[in-house]
Amino acid sequence: MQYTEIMVRYGELSTKGKNRRSFIDRLGTNVRHTLHDFKKLDIKANRDRMHIQLNGEDSDKVISRLRDVFGIQNFSPSIKVERELDKVQATAVALIKEMFHPGMTFKVNTRRSDHDFKYDTNELNDLIGSYVLENIPGIKVKMKDPDVTLRVEVRTNGIFLSHEKIKGAGGMPVGTAGKGMMMLSGGIDSPVASYLALKRGVDIEMVHFFSPPYTSEQALNKAKELTARLAKYSGRIKFIQVPFTEIQETVKHDVPSGYLMTVQRRFMLQLTAALAQKRDGLAIFNGEALGQVASQTMESMAAINEVTTMPVIRPVVSMDKTEIIDIAQKIDTFDLSIMPFEDCCTIFAPPSPKTKPRIDKAKEYEERLDVDGLMERALAGIKITEIKVGDEFLNQNEQAFAELL
Amino acid sequence: MIYFDNSATTKVAPEVLTTYTKVSQQIWGNPSSLHKLGEVAYGLLEQSRKQIATLLGVAPHEIFFTSGGTEGDNWIIKGTALEKQYYGKHIITTSIEHPAVLNSMAQLEKLGFEVTYLPVDKNGRIDPQDVAQAIRPDTILVSMMAVNNEVGTVEPINEVARILRDYPRIHFHLDAVQAIGKGIENLLTNNRVDMLTFSGHKFHAPRGIGFIYKKTGRTLAPLMSGGGQEKGMRSGTENLPAIAGMAKALRLLLTDEEAKVTQQRAIRQRIYDHVVQKEKVTVFSPMDEKISAPHILCFAIKGVRGETIVHAFEDQDIFISTTSACSSKKHMVSGTLHNMGIDEKIATSAVRISLDEHNTMAEAEEFIKVFDTLYEKFKAINS
Repeated sequence: MQYTEIMVRYGELSTKGKNRRSFIDRLGTNVRHTLHDFKKLDIKANRDRMHIQLNGEDSDKVISRLRDVFGIQNFSPSIKVERELDKVQATAVALIKEMFHPGMTFKVNTRRSDHDFKYDTNELNDLIGSYVLENIPGIKVKMKDPDVTLRVEVRTNGIFLSHEKIKGAGGMPVGTAGKGMMMLSGGIDSPVASYLALKRGVDIEMVHFFSPPYTSEQALNKAKELTARLAKYSGRIKFIQVPFTEIQETVKHDVPSGYLMTVQRRFMLQLTAALAQKRDGLAIFNGEALGQVASQTMESMAAINEVTTMPVIRPVVSMDKTEIIDIAQKIDTFDLSIMPFEDCCTIFAPPSPKTKPRIDKAKEYEERLDVDGLMERALAGIKITEIKVGDEFLNQNEQAFAELL
Repeated sequence: MIYFDNSATTKVAPEVLTTYTKVSQQIWGNPSSLHKLGEVAYGLLEQSRKQIATLLGVAPHEIFFTSGGTEGDNWIIKGTALEKQYYGKHIITTSIEHPAVLNSMAQLEKLGFEVTYLPVDKNGRIDPQDVAQAIRPDTILVSMMAVNNEVGTVEPINEVARILRDYPRIHFHLDAVQAIGKGIENLLTNNRVDMLTFSGHKFHAPRGIGFIYKKTGRTLAPLMSGGGQEKGMRSGTENLPAIAGMAKALRLLLTDEEAKVTQQRAIRQRIYDHVVQKEKVTVFSPMDEKISAPHILCFAIKGVRGETIVHAFEDQDIFISTTSACSSKKHMVSGTLHNMGIDEKIATSAVRISLDEHNTMAEAEEFIKVFDTLYEKFKAINS
């Protein structure tokens, strides 16, 4: 069934008092971004609900995109018919027939915003319900908890029928919580942390460290591709790549192997904090989970965290690996994450990193290095890419292949 | 030449062969290699997978490449048995399956699995209620064909799916080898179907390539262990030229599918309308659109062996078959017809016409002309 309109109900934001208007505007913008390539849509974000007029665009495709937009509680695709009883009845039967199975129960729930319509709600419930009963043998009426509730809304510009309430992604519209920098490696955890940050309305910018020639172009492209997968939740995400080769080589050369990891991580966090300051980020997000690897003990976190006073938020900190993997599969990043490219965290991994590093030691070793100079050169070499839903990075030959396929 | 034996195999499409050759010559790296040649091959492999998934409206990670229909059926049936044997050892299938299914079942029976073979009615259809009644607490799999290869019956997939919604633990497999490009894809990717088998050479791709669909979340033990290709589910270096060719063949097949289906149905109807008038002809295929695929027509001329009919048409450069190619050389009576309750005497006279999108109405007219001549000739032996 091709629908003519989709009505969107907002999530938690309805409880947020004064900020309500700005939340709704933000959600409207996000929905427009997500649906940017459907040119004929007419999107109106009103105070109570958002109305998307399809004007002939494919409702199935629009619906599948809407499912991922944060800040939507649920939505109902509906069909607009003329304000005539027989039209309403015929469409009602067609809608219900589509999902009918023997023994199915239903009820009709009519609302009138136009009180001049010639039938009142009770009459309409009755007229439509009995017509459906007559024309679909085997269907039953049930007032409490039926299989299908057919909603009929009488407005001055037409009558709208819908029977489905599709669950939205919940959460908060991306951007309403402010901006944060996300440390994205390319593993399983950081994309999940990104997703959770987006879910609570954080507008994230990805910070990715790469160390050519120790890490390959493919590893960089993998991180970008992951970003593209996550962009479906917000429409677009900025991707910042930070060159890390010089720092890694220097640290490897000058720091004892037990502290390699700690010092490298301190650099990463400092660089991210510097980027956040420059770009108006309020916090840093990463994919650390407590106890997973050497850098993720509480002692390690404390030693690394010492370089900044900016909040470091770890959305997956207390999750088990299996829980993280479940989410990664749900958001379609798992397959990509497990692609076996070396990243900058594995390439100079010391044989036995300290699991309980001491801050004073880390600082002492850093005194041997030109920290400011190294930071400055890394920051001077950053490159920023804006990544949109559907962008592809891993398969550069897509065009050439399209001719073969 | 008129080729009416497309359910046996189809001719590789020239466009598909072009892809096959180009890939063999230019993208011959091993998709698992780390270097550039491997990377390009991997890219093409995944893009082929994505194209197939998109055409069927499923996710790319739900598609796994195989060597064809026989492997697909074997894998899904035995892989389910291996994976779920500790939940139960009971399987439900039908009595009219392809040998790839029936012989896999027979092997499992030797290993202690129990198999229920459902009967079919005179149209070759199972009764969904029989599925409901056959289900036991230890049932792990329901495996059935979507479209029968010998008479073209479309099985009641939606009805079975509805019953199985109450049994979420049971794997639901459809052998969809004859069902692709026949206007019923929406039945196949029905949200209760867990696994599907497809074979490339039935839709103008080369031999030796096919794929299965496995719904996310369903588990299947691999049968091919080795280097971990196909996410460890089906090891063996990927047959990339054939895979890319198959992705293209599927795209070509599903372009303007509706018109192609309408044409095949019209040709089949034309031949049916003609042969059914003959006194000695019995048609076995159901003609009701709701329960029949558009491309298969199975009938018999009383008193003439199927083999004789096939060769008589062959002399006139028209290629048809006795029931299915897989059983026809072994002089076996068609399993499907037998189970439809058809007398063996007439079943041995059965022949099958199977169409594809390239057959024309002119070929149907030519077939009818030849049919009439042969029918007169056969009077000498069957009157």
